[in-house]
Amino acid sequence: MLRHLASHVVQLVATLLVATAAIFVLLRVLPGDPAVVALGLDASPEALAAWRAEHGTDGPLVEQYLRWIGGLLTGDLGTSYVTSQELTPLIADRVQVTALLVLLGMLVALVVAVPVGTLAAVWHRNAGGVTLSAVSQVGVAVPNFLVGVLLVAVFAVRLGWLPSGGWTAPADGFGEFWRHVLLPAVALGSVQAAIITRYVRSAVLEIMREDFLRTARAQGLTFTGALVRHGLRNAGVPIVTVVGVQIASMLIGAVVIERVFAVPGLGSLLLDSVGNRDLLAVQSVVAVLVVLVVLLNFLVDLVYTLLDPRLRRAS
Amino acid sequence: MQILTGRRALDAVVVLTSAALVVGCSAGSSAGGEDRTDAVVGLTGEPTNLDFTTTSGSAIPQLLMNNVYEGLVTIDQDGEVQPQLARSWEVSGDRTVYTFTLHDGVTFSDGSAFTADDVVASIGRVQDDWTLSLSSKMDVVESAEAVSDTEVVVTLRHPSNAWLFDMGTSVGAMFPDDLSADLATEAVGTGPYTVTEVATGQHVTLTARDDYWGEAPALDEITVRYFADANAQANAVRAGDVDMAYNLQAPDLIAGLEQDERLQVIDGTSTGEVLLALNNAAPPFDDLRVRRAIMYAIDRQAVLDTAWAGHGELIGSMVPPTDPYYQDLTDAYPYDPDRARELLEEAGVEDLSITFDVPTRPYAEAVAQVVVSQLADVGIDATIAPAEFPAVWLDKVFTEHDYQMSVILHTEARDLLTVFGDPGYYIGYDNPRLAEVAEDADQGSPDEYVAGMQEVARMIVDDAASDPLFLFPNTVVADAALEGVAANATTESMDLTGLRWSD
Repeated sequence: MLRHLASHVVQLVATLLVATAAIFVLLRVLPGDPAVVALGLDASPEALAAWRAEHGTDGPLVEQYLRWIGGLLTGDLGTSYVTSQELTPLIADRVQVTALLVLLGMLVALVVAVPVGTLAAVWHRNAGGVTLSAVSQVGVAVPNFLVGVLLVAVFAVRLGWLPSGGWTAPADGFGEFWRHVLLPAVALGSVQAAIITRYVRSAVLEIMREDFLRTARAQGLTFTGALVRHGLRNAGVPIVTVVGVQIASMLIGAVVIERVFAVPGLGSLLLDSVGNRDLLAVQSVVAVLVVLVVLLNFLVDLVYTLLDPRLRRAS
Repeated sequence: MQILTGRRALDAVVVLTSAALVVGCSAGSSAGGEDRTDAVVGLTGEPTNLDFTTTSGSAIPQLLMNNVYEGLVTIDQDGEVQPQLARSWEVSGDRTVYTFTLHDGVTFSDGSAFTADDVVASIGRVQDDWTLSLSSKMDVVESAEAVSDTEVVVTLRHPSNAWLFDMGTSVGAMFPDDLSADLATEAVGTGPYTVTEVATGQHVTLTARDDYWGEAPALDEITVRYFADANAQANAVRAGDVDMAYNLQAPDLIAGLEQDERLQVIDGTSTGEVLLALNNAAPPFDDLRVRRAIMYAIDRQAVLDTAWAGHGELIGSMVPPTDPYYQDLTDAYPYDPDRARELLEEAGVEDLSITFDVPTRPYAEAVAQVVVSQLADVGIDATIAPAEFPAVWLDKVFTEHDYQMSVILHTEARDLLTVFGDPGYYIGYDNPRLAEVAEDADQGSPDEYVAGMQEVARMIVDDAASDPLFLFPNTVVADAALEGVAANATTESMDLTGLRWSD
């Protein structure tokens, strides 16, 4: 287990090094001088030069990279080029918003996908199963921002039940938090629900053909009982894999959803920072996203071993 | 305990659901006009900090001027100079010495008194510390002296008609003499509101000061919420999440909002001209005939109707009707594709292909489509090259002048000379006589000023330096019960001080 952990840490560090170097270089290739964007049309050449010196964007790239990596390691990401805010607390704040949104979105997805996918598998020979399967197929094709726009049109504009956007942290009022998080979480989760439904369906279909299920039924369990007791747990491994992968893709989907619903999360920060050529903020946000995804994969791996004792012995 | 069954259980569910809906409704919609002393304003274009002395762009002065910061004078809804912190002023016979008498009992939001020393310091700081080229508007000031606590004498190097107007914009904002605050995070002005909260990516809260020197505003608290795009902003005002959407840039949504009787839609004027910019310093637009061909080839009314649903105004030059030297030049180049083809033929460029750098802004993208199809009618093949705004556009078009044609909204007030007076500007328009006429105009009497600036505008139109397509509207959509909406953006300021709820 320890060796398993150590190999993960090495993998994490290697991924981070490659990813940070790639982000850093790509951002430098991007056209647009951060000094001009920060100071705007009216800035004098002297002011631009002073700004570049102050933010160290005129030094050698290697030096800039090392300084940033040093900051990442010590947890001090520096201050934003544009807003002069400390980046570490800002990003920490935004991570919480996005994490809540993504987790609730995944909850929505699972609550829909597990029963629907299972039913689609169990009924795979009749009209109900085919319909569920077809609906999920369509759902996969719908982009989540479209779902977001439609939800706003119906529930905020037409019916006026929920706010059209904005955010309240749970600490600032739990009721308001729910009113604000509901639509974006559903928008983010619904497309995932369609995707995961398809994985649940094929995993359950697979299980239904397995010998152990027949054995369980031979021992007197009903079909449903056997499926719930033995089947779902076995179907769990592929489902957890896809959940892990999909959470990573939801972090990206959140960028768009946060835009639609004016949610101040990591995605909004990322887009604003790209627009402002706030390179330090962009690369720090992306680095945080990379860390999150790598950690997520690690967690998924741990969950495997909990679900399936055979994998525990193998490692 | 009785177990609910069948029909009764269903009834219970219906009752509970409707109760939830009623609660949801009342919490979701705005409470209307009755007794409210707060308002929520929706905007796009969030300021990155609170310091407009070092950060350019209109977002910061839009939020802070008149609301948090004040000047000696202010520009009213008709574009006229009105007294603000100066009770009155006198101008010497040669129009170079201004003696301002200040209101007494004025304090800054940090509690310190506003006196003549603060005026002197604020003017000096524009000249010495401001890092923006905007600060050149104060170059004309030779000296500023405090005669007493409430009297300031400002001496100009030469008479200037533009200077007093500029004192009503952000360069004229009054700061405390002893400035210890970090202006980026703390705004210290004499205005009726102070900034009490900045939630980046969400909103800025303005709270009324109880020690304001003038008449107290009707609203105690104004939350300015920032949206990523105009659709989100429009949805918010329609859903009642904001009471007023200011400068709403979604013309196709406005028709729908006008149908909503709970809302009022006001098309205010602005100082923003949508300019079809031609690079006068590079082929093919270094040729006057080709530039004039463009002027004849574009049907500006059709551009306005198609791209911006007819909201806005044709101006014919870079001068909005609220400026004193406005004249109607909309007939200078009537839509005449045949004339355009002739001119192109004369210039020997019948099969012209150009690149059209279009910034990624809704108005620019909408305008570009129409312009391209109209140019195709006269045989010009324009290829749209999207330029991410601001970063790429600023770099490529504005700084490097690496473009042929572009389109951009010039929002600054009285920017005719900024755009066309400097050959080094990205337009590259070089007319040596223009500087002379403009200088004489600025130093002349007010009548000479108007006549001179009109001549300048005519010269620019005659040379077809670029094509001012239309004046951008400042569209405001507000709750019908909200009064005192200052919809005319005569400077960059969004004046919220007059807002109140009707009884």
